[in-house]
Formats: sequence, C-alpha cells, structure tokens
Amino acid sequence: MLSRVADSLYWMSRSIERAEHTTRLLDVNLNLMLDESAMNADRCWQRMLQALGNPEDTHWTGDPYALTQSLTFDIDNKASILSCIISARENSRHVREQISTEQWTRLNSLYLQVTRPEMRDDLQVGAITADSGQPTEFLQQVMEAVHQFQGVSDSTMSHGEGWQFIQVGRYIERASATALLLEAYHEDLWLHTDRIPEGNEYLEWMGLLRSATAFEAYCKVYTADITPDRILEFLLLDEEFPHSVRFSIDTLQRALEAIHGEGGKSRAEPLRRLVGRLQASLNYSSVDEILSGDIVAYLRGIQYQCAAVHKMIYELYIDYSIQAALAG
Amino acid sequence: MQPAQAKQFENAALKNYQLDNAYDEMFAGPEQLHPHYEPLFERFSSLPADELQRRKHAAELSFLNQGITFTVYGRDDGGKEHIFPYDLVPRIITAAEWATVELGLTQRITALNLFLKDIYNEGRILKDGIVPREIVYSCKHFRRQMVGLQVPRNVYVAICGTDLIRMENGEFVVLEDNLRVPSGVSYMLTNRRVMKRIFPQLFQSYNVRPIEQYTQLLLGTLRSLAPEGRPEPNIVLLSPGVFNSAYFEHAYLARQMGIELVEGRDLVTHDNIIYMRTTSGLRRVDVIYRRVDDDFIDPMAFRGDSILGVSGLFNAYRAGNVTLANAFGTGVADDKALYAYVPSIIKYYLSEEPILQNVKTYLMTEPKSRQHVLQNLDKLVIKAVGESGGYGMLIGPQSTAAQREEFAQKIQADPRNYIAQPTISFSRAPCLIGDELEPRHVDLRPYILYGDKVAIVPGGLTRVALKRGSLVVNSSQGGGSKDTWVLSQ
Repeated sequence: MLSRVADSLYWMSRSIERAEHTTRLLDVNLNLMLDESAMNADRCWQRMLQALGNPEDTHWTGDPYALTQSLTFDIDNKASILSCIISARENSRHVREQISTEQWTRLNSLYLQVTRPEMRDDLQVGAITADSGQPTEFLQQVMEAVHQFQGVSDSTMSHGEGWQFIQVGRYIERASATALLLEAYHEDLWLHTDRIPEGNEYLEWMGLLRSATAFEAYCKVYTADITPDRILEFLLLDEEFPHSVRFSIDTLQRALEAIHGEGGKSRAEPLRRLVGRLQASLNYSSVDEILSGDIVAYLRGIQYQCAAVHKMIYELYIDYSIQAALAG
Repeated sequence: MQPAQAKQFENAALKNYQLDNAYDEMFAGPEQLHPHYEPLFERFSSLPADELQRRKHAAELSFLNQGITFTVYGRDDGGKEHIFPYDLVPRIITAAEWATVELGLTQRITALNLFLKDIYNEGRILKDGIVPREIVYSCKHFRRQMVGLQVPRNVYVAICGTDLIRMENGEFVVLEDNLRVPSGVSYMLTNRRVMKRIFPQLFQSYNVRPIEQYTQLLLGTLRSLAPEGRPEPNIVLLSPGVFNSAYFEHAYLARQMGIELVEGRDLVTHDNIIYMRTTSGLRRVDVIYRRVDDDFIDPMAFRGDSILGVSGLFNAYRAGNVTLANAFGTGVADDKALYAYVPSIIKYYLSEEPILQNVKTYLMTEPKSRQHVLQNLDKLVIKAVGESGGYGMLIGPQSTAAQREEFAQKIQADPRNYIAQPTISFSRAPCLIGDELEPRHVDLRPYILYGDKVAIVPGGLTRVALKRGSLVVNSSQGGGSKDTWVLSQ
C-alpha cells in the first residue's frame, strides 16, 4: 500500500474519532451545566478543555455557549468538530478509490450536512443559546453519523492493510484521549478516594463515565455504585469495554501486528517492543497499585507512549528515509 | 410512408425537431428515419413522458451516487464537483460506418507515431520539405530533450483520443487529435453501464458491440511497453491529484485496471530508477500511465515551479528504466497548425491516401491565408494552436464585433499561434430536452490504443453541445455526453 494512502486513512480515522470525542464531551458538559452551581461550572468547563488537551484558540471566558460555538462550528479553530469532520472528509477524498462507496457516502453526507448553507446562520457567534436546542441536536446528529461511519467501515471494507491503518488511527486517538480525560479528572476523583459521593459529585462522576460512553457498561459490571477507584479500573484496565485504554491498546497492537505481517517483521521490532511494553503494563497492573503510585505520571506515561508509537509508525511506514530504505 | 408510421410521427414529441442542412443522425429527411434508428424511435415514442423523465432521473442519480463528477477551473464555487450532463438517447453508428472510421484511425495513429519518431531522430520529412521545420521547432510542445532518444517499441503515442465530426454529407472527418493526455474514456464506460440498466431490452435488441474490454486492453498496451527484462512490470497511473478536473477518471481507471494510483509525491528517483513509497518499503515502478502534462511532470527537466511532478523522472526515462505512456513531446503532433499537414504525413510514411479527411485549415503564418481570414472573421472559427477544452476559440458567426477585433489583433501579433477553419455545421443527434426530442450537435471521440498492436473499442465518447445551436461540446463549456452504439452488422 502506498505510504500516502496509509497516511490519509490513518488521519481520516483519527479525525473522526477526535470529532466524536469532542462531541461527546460537549454534550455531557452542556447537560451537566443544567445542574451545577455557577462556581462549579467554571471548574467543569476548564476541566473539559484540559481533557481536550487545552486546544489553541479556545479559552474559557465564562460563557459556555461561546465555548460550545468555538468547539463546534468555528472553522478557524483546528480543534472544532467541524474542522475535524472537514479534515476527515478531505483525507478520505484523497483515497476515494481505496475506501468503500458506503464509507465515502456516509462521510460525505455528514460533511454536506454540517457545511450546508443553513448551518452558516448557526455559525454566527451568539446564535447558540440555551433555548435554541441547536447544540444538543447537532451533537446528537454528529455522534450518530460517526457511529454509522465506523459501522460501515467495519462491515463494507476489506479488513486488509488499509482497514488496519484505520484501526490504528482510531485506537491510538482513543487511548490517548481517554488517558487525557482521566488525567483532567484526577483532582476531583483520586485526591481523596475515601469520599462518599453525594448530589453534584455523583453527577460529575456519572459525567466522566458518560464522556467515554461508559456509564451503562460500568453499571453492568459494578452496578450503579460509582467509586473513583472503580471508575479508574474500568476506564483504564477493563478488557472488554471498547473505550477503555487497555481495550484500545490491545486492538492497536493487533492492528499493528497485521500490518507488520505485510511488511517484514524484523523492521518492526522496535515498534513491537514499544507497544508490547505498554500493553503489558495495562494487562498486568492492578488499580490499587496505580492509585498508590503517582497516578498523573502513569496517565501521562500512557500519552507519551502513544505519541512515541505514532512517531515510530511514521518512521517505519510513512515518512522513512529513502537512503535507509534503499540500503535495507 | 405507411399510415401507421405517419401517426407515430404525429404523436412523438418532435415539435421542436427542425431539420437544417446539418447531417441528422436520426432523420434522413422529413419524416424519414435512417433505418437503424427505427427501433429506437419506436421505443422512445411509445414511452409516456413521465416514464422518460423517471428513467432520466434514475440515470442522473446513478451518476451522482457513483461520484462521477468533474471540476471546472475558475468558476466561482470553489472548484465544486459537477455531474457531467448525460443524455438518454444513444447515438447509433452502423457497422459499415465504423469499419471506415476504424481503418482511418489506425492509419492515422500509425503515421503520427512514425512522424514523431522521424522528427525526434533523422528528420527525413523535414529534409524532404513535406513539413516545414519552423512549424515543428516553433511548437511549444516540441521537446528538445527527446531528440535522438530511443523510445520503447517506437511507441510515442500509446493512448490517443481523436475528435471526429460528421459533415453535411454524412462523412466522418477528423477535427483534432489529442496525443498528450486525452480524457473522457471513463464517461464512455460509465455511460454504457448506465444505459444498459435504463434500457436493457432496447440495448439487447440492437446487437451493440461491447466496449467493456477497454481497461483490459489499456493494461495490455501498457504492459507491452515495459522496459526490457521486467517480465512482471509494476504499472502505475500518475495523477496530478484530487484537485485535477479529471481525478474521477484517474481513480476509476486505476481501480478498473487494478493498478496503483500515484501522485508525484509518492514517487522517488534513485540512480535513475523510479520507486514508489509504500508501507512495505520502496517498490520499483516500470511503466507510468501519466495523466500529468509534460510541463509539470519533472521539475528538473521541464517547468521548475511544478510541484506535481517527480524530480529525475526524465533521466530515468532516458536511461530506459521506466516507460511513460504517452512519451514526452507528443504534443508537437497535435498542434493545430501541424494538423493541416497530417494528410501529407500519412502519404509520406505510408504511401496511402488518408481514409479520414481533415477539415480545411488556414495557417495564419501564410500571408495570403491570413489576409483572407482577417477579412472573413465573421464566417470562420479561429483556434489557438496549443489550447484545448474549447478555450481560446472564436466562433465567427456567433461572435461580437469586439471579440472579432480582439482576435484580429491577436492573430496579427502572433500568427503562429492561430489557425482558422470554416464554421462547420457538424451532425446533430436527437437528445431529450425536457419532454421533447430535439437535435443537438454531436462529435465523437474514439480512443485508440497503440502498443504491440492497434486496438480501438467500437464507438467512443459522443459529446453533445446541449445548448440549442451551440457548436461547442466541451464539458467545461456546458457540453454533455451520451452512449454510443456501434452495431455488429
């Protein structure tokens, strides 16, 4: 497969995953805001920005709707949902002949939907208010479309090398986003693990779980008794939940194995070691162990390792030096 | 005429169908059909108007969903994608008519390849004074770098699209040759696919010769050009990228042939060998079906400001490590001034009379012709020699005085850059306009493949000037297309 094609598939997938993540965080926090006191709201939105990696050009000014506007429709803001969708669609356009017609149609109609002329009115600052109902409806539509796209990707595209690069993009993004989300919450949750949640706190913890679509899945495992250590265990170490870090890294590892298989194994040895180490640390850690150590350092470690994996994928498959390739 | 047929004409949606002196593909005379159009006419006039509309919509939807679109440069909609307008009524060509066209095109491509070999090597035809040197050397598509270079199998033009029109007397003549990167073949193929779905029975009853083998023939042609010692050649299609107006076609052909669609940035040169960058390392490339113009293909050999090309490609080509289809410098043979000499070129190399005639052409470099043309600008068509796509053209009878003045000045300033031809009322075919059948001017672009043998799939792309009275069929100028049926007998 051409390196350029792999690159486009990878970023198509990452951008879509990022759009979904941002969408969900906004949706959850807009909902939480209805119950929070004003003082808490400040804290809550700043935390959300932190969970998104404090994107450039986006600042908390005290107006949640201005922030929502900036993170949804602002094309100049690289982190906005619209920018992510445009970037995903642009990447898919470059590999139009590599993806299935269903994938293209789904992504293209999402793009047409969010860029249609009527949307331009909603793009105006101030058009989004508490009463407009606009943001929630829009966010729901985006989430549905993204889920459909992921569905058709899995069911209509051959699970060959191209699809594996889609998997890699999706799960590397998901693993680091979930780690970052947990890090953003660490002060509220794990500084005092012995607290009994009440009222607003319970809502917030629910919010964290819902930010990773994990609330229902969590309840199935632990019932509705929400405790910080269980949240951490579930979002970090659960083997079966598709948004947990462990699940993401397991899937990433399998996708990379499939890709290494195509391209000769020895070359991929350093990358394999890197992913293997990360995978082992998630597979063989217990939550008590992590909580007794420096949890922030642990979560940052995961993000660094994800970044290192990304860098190594590029050195190996996409951006490799010609001289080295000729010599090898 | 039989009474039943007269009634049929009365009912048919023909009230806008005015015959004039242009050849009509369907009618031989008033209320008199060409025999091969009879079943088609019967079928179309038996369908109620809303049924025709339904089928038309089904066809259009099918194009949209398949993403069969093109982009027009310079329009104020951010290079948006458009559907290529499609007409539902097929254009029918009889077996006998096609036989002549096929022979003529084979003769022409053979002669043009011999010509290109000659002018880039000994230049016999120039020494013998058949073609003036200045026409060749002043052509902006002449590539000095190609002089003396050995081209695999002496195939310069492997893929050619020749534009034919039908004169008042029904004879096919050549309007121009496209010897650089002819496009449109994907529309020929998709038009057929849609047509078979929309009118299956009618199609079956006609015994139409198939065209679906085109991509396989193209692949075979490309394979036959592989460098020596590369029995399993790696063939790629080089596209300028997603912003090119014909990107759909590039992706379509690559997919149909099962070859990689690459862009300049995917290719690297090392030691005069071309590689493509893949996830499993560098892979050698042997044959490039390039859809990038000479000017942009290698910034080291040609235009230095190009970012679409591959540095060092020309040297790799010269070293014989990679083959390009078409070769560099073929544009000299489709220069519109050189066109006037093609009949002499055919006679010179093949000692045969040309089977397909040219349109009368005035060279502006000849003072007498120039004088004549300047006095008759309102009757003639003026074309810039190096342009295509319907750009840089003046259609005398439909022009304003200001436009004629502008062209008169241009011609005098740079006579080599212009030619003139009589305004030809080329043939018209029935098209579905609203609920009515109306005649529209059509041309025909067959696609000729020249590798170890000459292969032409029967028919080609029939382009339609959809505006009433218009003579411009180019898609960038509001043209459309329709399926072309060549009958087996």
